[in-house]
Amino acid sequence: MNGVKPFDWRHTPGLSAYTALIFVFFYAPLLILVIYAFNSSRLVTVWAGFSFKWFVAVAYNGAIRDAALNSVIIAIVATIASTAIATAGAIALERGRPRFGRGAAMALIAMPLVVPEIVVAITTLIFFSGLGMHHGLLNLMIAHTVFCIPFALLPIQARLRDMGGTLEEAGRDLYADEWRLFRRVTLPLLLPAISAGAIMAFVVSLDDFLISMMVSSAGSTTLPVYIYGMMRLGVTPEVNAISTILLAVSIIFVAAALLVGRRNRFA
Amino acid sequence: MIDIHSVSKSFVTRDADPVHALNLVSLEIYDNEFFTLLGPSGCGKTTLLRLIAGFEAPSSGAIRIAGNDVAALPPQKRPVNTVFQSYALFPHMSVAENVAFGLEMQKAPRSLIDERVREALAMVRLEGFAARRPAQLSGGQQQRVAVARALAPKPSVLLLDEPLSALDLKLRKGMQSELKRLQRETGITFVLVTHDQEEALAMSDRIAVMRSGDVLQVGTPRDIYDNPQDRFVADFIGESNLLPGATLGRDPAKTIVVRPEHIVVSPASDGTKGHATGAVSAITFLGSDTLYEVVLEEGAKLHSRSRGGAALSTGDRVVVDWARHLERELAN
Repeated sequence: MNGVKPFDWRHTPGLSAYTALIFVFFYAPLLILVIYAFNSSRLVTVWAGFSFKWFVAVAYNGAIRDAALNSVIIAIVATIASTAIATAGAIALERGRPRFGRGAAMALIAMPLVVPEIVVAITTLIFFSGLGMHHGLLNLMIAHTVFCIPFALLPIQARLRDMGGTLEEAGRDLYADEWRLFRRVTLPLLLPAISAGAIMAFVVSLDDFLISMMVSSAGSTTLPVYIYGMMRLGVTPEVNAISTILLAVSIIFVAAALLVGRRNRFA
Repeated sequence: MIDIHSVSKSFVTRDADPVHALNLVSLEIYDNEFFTLLGPSGCGKTTLLRLIAGFEAPSSGAIRIAGNDVAALPPQKRPVNTVFQSYALFPHMSVAENVAFGLEMQKAPRSLIDERVREALAMVRLEGFAARRPAQLSGGQQQRVAVARALAPKPSVLLLDEPLSALDLKLRKGMQSELKRLQRETGITFVLVTHDQEEALAMSDRIAVMRSGDVLQVGTPRDIYDNPQDRFVADFIGESNLLPGATLGRDPAKTIVVRPEHIVVSPASDGTKGHATGAVSAITFLGSDTLYEVVLEEGAKLHSRSRGGAALSTGDRVVVDWARHLERELAN
């Protein structure tokens, strides 16, 4: 009206170069890591031809296999436990009568997401030694379950909020008691969100380093902790190969979480 | 059947004073009746419905269904089913599974469930749709599934929360007579919540007119239309002229209520006598009827609606008249 065009971010000068630069910083290191995982040379910085030999070496390395197995076992247990707790917690938060402020409860639950992880790692270590708990894998399972809860809780809570309470009211109105209401109405409708939450928890557990580093002991080493150990002896192409595998697994799971969340969202 | 006795409900809000949604409401809803709670939004009609269903508990007062105090009963223990405004069909179940849900929860035998589902779907004329998902149905069809689902367990009372508000005009008219027919066929007490006075007049055996938490008047549609006991009721139900007593040379403490169709407008030149004189300020042709807006000499404005139409034009001086027994005199 007065001749001044409204601000349009698409016309910012240098926008495309700037965007390209951000993506370079995001993905170039990952790309280099993945490329050198297929390098036949032992030197990390010199390309000497394509080869799967480092993947083969990883597959035959018993210590890596043990660490990977530990990681997967811990991730599975932590995923199941944290998702169950998160589901119950989300329902209590969204549907229960608030005992103290809902905001306060949410803040307490989401706190581990903002507390510096090193602090959580150290306090978890102190906590376990204070209790005299030295159970190796079990300690890791407990620690992982705890920090996975907020990751699993957030999508489930969001879905409950989107859904609104009317469908559950309809179920109650049609004579469903609390348990059957949960089984027949709430749980099926939450399932996509629960799956998404579980996958998030699995990936977060699988990739965790700091807390696992503090809590793990000999015999309960997880894969990221083992990789770190390998690094101290110098970066070998084996590290690249195992990192590439871990990266692929994470991407597959996160993509699955997004797909599951998108599908099944009944009209 | 449903006895609502001095029921109040207030909601506690975070910042302000508690909101009083219902103030000492007493109502009796009879067996086998099509009863309507009518009022503008925020009048407490939906709150009252939710109290009967058991989704909310009254702050004080008692609700009895078939003689039993239901205060302590959760919704799943009340012989009452609800048709929700948003239909609230279970999206992960087929139409048949939706309709079967209530009976399954009551642990009815499979053969009875199948029979009742068939019956209920036939009642709402959706026999061919049993296997569909709600998302594959039109709004009108979803609405009928919601009704079938609520009727299948044969409750003593069916609650309907603005069930037609999401449908377009033509579907709405069709569903009005459908619901009326279902109520007669099943003999179940229907309690309808609506803000649409035409819908209430067309469907109900009796209507309770509500405003800001109070029931202003209860009666048959004809009774409420012919004998409004309150200015708000007179104004809300149908169209009314609310004329200050003073403008007609009567008691200034009273308001005279006359329906537009009862007012006869004739040219002042005819020499007829009437209640007042004025000038035609607007003429609206409505097809079968013509609507005249007349400004009285005393300043008030009134509407007259008549079949055909006298040969009047805007600006004509007119006499307005009506039979005294058709007017109502209300306190201001």
